[in-house]
Amino acid sequence: MTVIRLATALFLVLLPATAQAHRAWLLPSATVLSGDEAWITVDAAISNELFYFEHHPLLLEGLSIVGPKGTEIAPQNESTGKYRSTFDIELKEPGTYKLAVAGDGLFASYEVNGERKRWRGKPENLSKEIPDGAEKLTVTQSQRRLETYATLGAPSKEALETTGKGLELAPITHPNDLFAGEEAQFKLLVDGEPAPNVEVSIIRGGNRYRDTLGEIKVTTGEDGSFAVTWPEPGMYWLEASATDGKTTIDKATERRLGYVATLEVLPE
Amino acid sequence: MRVIVPFGVSLILAAPALAFEAELEVEIPQLSVAEYHRPYLAAWIERPDRSVVTTLALWYDLDNPKGEGDKWLKDIRQWWRRVGRDVEVPIDGVTSATRAPGTHAIGIDLTEPPLARLPEGDYTLVVEAAREVGGRELLKIPFAWPIASPQTLKAEGKNELGDVVLELKP
Repeated sequence: MTVIRLATALFLVLLPATAQAHRAWLLPSATVLSGDEAWITVDAAISNELFYFEHHPLLLEGLSIVGPKGTEIAPQNESTGKYRSTFDIELKEPGTYKLAVAGDGLFASYEVNGERKRWRGKPENLSKEIPDGAEKLTVTQSQRRLETYATLGAPSKEALETTGKGLELAPITHPNDLFAGEEAQFKLLVDGEPAPNVEVSIIRGGNRYRDTLGEIKVTTGEDGSFAVTWPEPGMYWLEASATDGKTTIDKATERRLGYVATLEVLPE
Repeated sequence: MRVIVPFGVSLILAAPALAFEAELEVEIPQLSVAEYHRPYLAAWIERPDRSVVTTLALWYDLDNPKGEGDKWLKDIRQWWRRVGRDVEVPIDGVTSATRAPGTHAIGIDLTEPPLARLPEGDYTLVVEAAREVGGRELLKIPFAWPIASPQTLKAEGKNELGDVVLELKP
């Protein structure tokens, strides 16, 4: 009996974690471009293997593109299919573009007549969709952000500005100037402040065709900074997550923060 | 009007400029592939810290009818990173059309800055070629400047480049 109860408890605890083990990402068709203007197309998906479309599309709600002058650029040809979403961006002026999909959601668990229920949705629907008689209500806020970068011509800095909300990457080395064998430095921020002691996981794409994941793990220092020396060229998936109590929604007691970047490393 | 300069004077005036001569030969190999495009190529001189003294040559599809010749410049990756993305193309006296397989000479003018005033030190000649739907190759020839005796320095390419020969004469 005890064993079963423990197993159930573990299952419940692990469930959200397992759901997060799928990897969400944006995959640009190119990150370094030349010419007077250019187009890129971007895939967005949630998968196990990187970067293959085999599980779920990533919904484009919360997509924003910041151009070289720091202004918002509209995506084109957005569509969502069975396994991936896709959109195009016309790069009309030289410099660096930041592409981000950011989301703010709530998870709740509660009991009604002793039966355990789970809920997931937007803050404004919380009180509407959870019945009045709910007991043992716990609400968790989830803030996640997925990003990638592309540069036409010379890299620029304006688009790299962080928003000051949730977990974010503040590049020190320009994210479109990454080369195999070289060290790149970044800073991880929570609400614009350094995020110390956060584990960052870095995986090179194409793991379908290799036996080992080859995950690189680094931990941020006191100032939130970390460095990675790229072992090989490729498209890399960088992920970090953290939890704290700094919720921005009243009823939530815990905040889960997630950040993902797709970074292209070119051969020397 | 013609100015007649006495022989002795002209020799002295020209002497510093004529002190060194440099020649670069680049071989584009003949390849047996279904779809062949002439490679984009860049040649430049680097300092030990990888910064670029000057670009000697840039061959690309500059007369592309659709004006898309510069779209693929980024494929000459190292040149693009070190030079290309910060300059406007074409570059006077440096850019020209792509070349057919064979051996081509690239002129190195040691009478004009920055090469006329190249400080003493260790340098690297870099030649990078990138071919549409093909591969990319980068060759390096290190050399010390100035030189005391004639030198023939060579690097052999494996795929996209054949022999690259740098001749230096004091």
